[in-house]
Amino acid sequence: MKAKNQRLILLLLALGAVLGAVILGMSAMRDQASFFYAPGDVATKGRPAPDRAVRIGGMVKQGSINRHGDGVTIDFLVGDQTPHTIRVFYTGLTPDLFRENSGVIAEGRFRADGAFVASEILAKHDENYMPPELTRRGIHKTESLE
Amino acid sequence: MIAEAGLALLWIAAALSLLQLILAWAGLRSGGEALLKLVRPVAVGQGLAVGLAFTALIWLFLRTDLSVQLVAANSHSMKPWLYKFAGAWGNHEGSMLLWVTVLAVAGGAVALFERRLRQDTLTATLAAQAAIGLGFYAFLLFASNPFTRLSPVPIEGNGLNPLLQDPGLAFHPPTLYFGYVGISIAFSFAVGALVTRDVGPAFARAMRPWVLIAWIFLTLGITAGSYWAYYELGWGGWWFWDPVENASLMPWLAATALLHSVTVLATRAGLRAWTIMLAVVAFSMSMIGTFLVRSGILTSVHAFAVDPLRGSFILALLGFYIGGALLLFALRVRHVKEGATFELVSREAALVANNLLLSVILALVFIGTLYPLVTQAFGHEISVGPPWFNGVAGPIALVLVAIMAIGPMLRWRGDRLGALAGRIAVPALLVAVALLAVAVFVPAIRLLPALGLAIAPAIAVASLAPLWGRNLRRTPLFIWGMVIAHLGIAVSLAGMAAESAFTTETLVAARPGQTVRAGPFSVRFQGIAPLAGPNWTAIEASLEARRGGTAYALRPQARLFSSPPTPTSEAAIQTVWDGQLYVAIGEADAQGRWQLRLWWKPLVTWIWLGGAMIALGGLLALIGRVRRERRARPEEALA
Repeated sequence: MKAKNQRLILLLLALGAVLGAVILGMSAMRDQASFFYAPGDVATKGRPAPDRAVRIGGMVKQGSINRHGDGVTIDFLVGDQTPHTIRVFYTGLTPDLFRENSGVIAEGRFRADGAFVASEILAKHDENYMPPELTRRGIHKTESLE
Repeated sequence: MIAEAGLALLWIAAALSLLQLILAWAGLRSGGEALLKLVRPVAVGQGLAVGLAFTALIWLFLRTDLSVQLVAANSHSMKPWLYKFAGAWGNHEGSMLLWVTVLAVAGGAVALFERRLRQDTLTATLAAQAAIGLGFYAFLLFASNPFTRLSPVPIEGNGLNPLLQDPGLAFHPPTLYFGYVGISIAFSFAVGALVTRDVGPAFARAMRPWVLIAWIFLTLGITAGSYWAYYELGWGGWWFWDPVENASLMPWLAATALLHSVTVLATRAGLRAWTIMLAVVAFSMSMIGTFLVRSGILTSVHAFAVDPLRGSFILALLGFYIGGALLLFALRVRHVKEGATFELVSREAALVANNLLLSVILALVFIGTLYPLVTQAFGHEISVGPPWFNGVAGPIALVLVAIMAIGPMLRWRGDRLGALAGRIAVPALLVAVALLAVAVFVPAIRLLPALGLAIAPAIAVASLAPLWGRNLRRTPLFIWGMVIAHLGIAVSLAGMAAESAFTTETLVAARPGQTVRAGPFSVRFQGIAPLAGPNWTAIEASLEARRGGTAYALRPQARLFSSPPTPTSEAAIQTVWDGQLYVAIGEADAQGRWQLRLWWKPLVTWIWLGGAMIALGGLLALIGRVRRERRARPEEALA
């Protein structure tokens, strides 16, 4: 085989492999990417199907954290600039920077009754860090009075 | 004065890099020996100047000079000295200065030590390195000056984010940057060789050690980062497919492909244009990574508060450099000769397959990481998580490691399929046995971990095959390097598969005196006691874990740092030969119970052990190559 032909074959092979993988990957993305919802979005766009993994985010409402009898489950309200809220249930240790009046992003699924069951609450490294999803919605770190 | 001196040194370094670019340009155009001779010392001088500027910043942090804005915002006089020292790069400006320091020092090292490359190519390489430097000096001086003074001088600094107050900070960012930014050398070599049309085996042999060095550091940096996140974040994961992690994985994938293609170029003069392209892609991935991390444009568990305006500056820079390099490639690629041909069953073919699969994984990680940015533009906010990445990249990675096992058994140019069958009989049998064992003993296991467990032992055996029939003491060091690196992949794979398949988690609210079960351990929660450190107070739980007759003491803490006031949790980890017991403590409830989260993670340590082996393999290969060059050179001089 001539060197030129072999190079052409290799090039086509490379393009085909990468393109094929990207197409397959994109189609898989349709099922597996999780959409982001703030409480206001749920009200306007409607609630996603219960089997769909999504992310929700907003501010943890002041005084809304309830601790359950098992000692490891909590529920709390997440709000945003709109009057809507989402009740979130979570079983596990909360991240260190999880607190009232602070931004939070949780991953999980909605229940049929509208409550959200979080499989994970995203930790953050930095007290001043605000996920871009929240800042774009005008949710900023509230000044604490301490 | 130190801050002003640091700033002045930074300006001097920027001026030297401009001089380096002009001298190299003029020298290449006129062919004037005198000009060309000056480029090397200027490059070394640039490396020295920026190295001194970085030392100045470290000095300011060690002394906690609060008249410097960066120190006041990120340090505190009561901080342990290690974190004052490492805190110099635990912030945006400092880490960008470290970035530029590595860039300039790497360029200086090439100027000092590179003796094999043709002089014109070396000059063009140093010109490219200077051009990259210039943009990032501008970024530092105009948008991220680390030496800005503060007036009035505060009485005390704000302190360093407590999550960073860990020995990991001293090790992980510098190692990662040496790899991340060190790969710029490959980029500059590629640009240099395109400019002087010098793409050939001699060029590849000159480039290989530099790629290897960067790749070793990158491997170590990723491994260390993974372990740091694992023990520091307190939720026991070692890889989250987070944008910041992917930002370091993408250059690694490209550099790994490059490392293998450069071998084809050096040995068989093949894959010329492809190798050049990979070198460009590898550093492009580093720059894109820097942009993703420094702009905070994507939500990340590892992200820190950032200034979005700086992101646009980096975006403009990377657009310019990547675009420039691709344009040069497009203009010059027709001057790059085709390589020697090879057959379908040959070492080259296996290495091409390795490169293709690594590129495919790279493309997938790339779109998975950046897709949310695209959809954002259309008003949909999405995130792409582990299920997608594992689903698409996992199977390809398994095929890749299978080819990795077979490749070294094949001869260059062409080999017989029949001969190959004989060589892979033992590993193939091992896969079958292991698959059967997995199916019988752990039928409920998920597919990917099952396949991982099934092929890991076979990969391990196959990776030793190149040593078969050799006199071990006379085997070249770079063969040992390959064997150990490939064995490291098998070890890491086994660790990942075992951890994902067999991890058990226990989540309880326990009273002191209570005993809970975690994997093979029975763990007694003994009590809680307060504790004080240099700049924190903590509540420490004491637990006793028992397996068989042996008892282990575990002391997880919930810490409260004083400046800035931040709670962190410090997990307690007990390493035993077959895994780790990982305990984190949460909050207390009104009834005096404490939240405890315990994991038993079988073979989890193998993940990082494998990573260290891969880096060690790289180091052996590097020493072997450099030694062989040393020995070969006097003969060349005689001939």
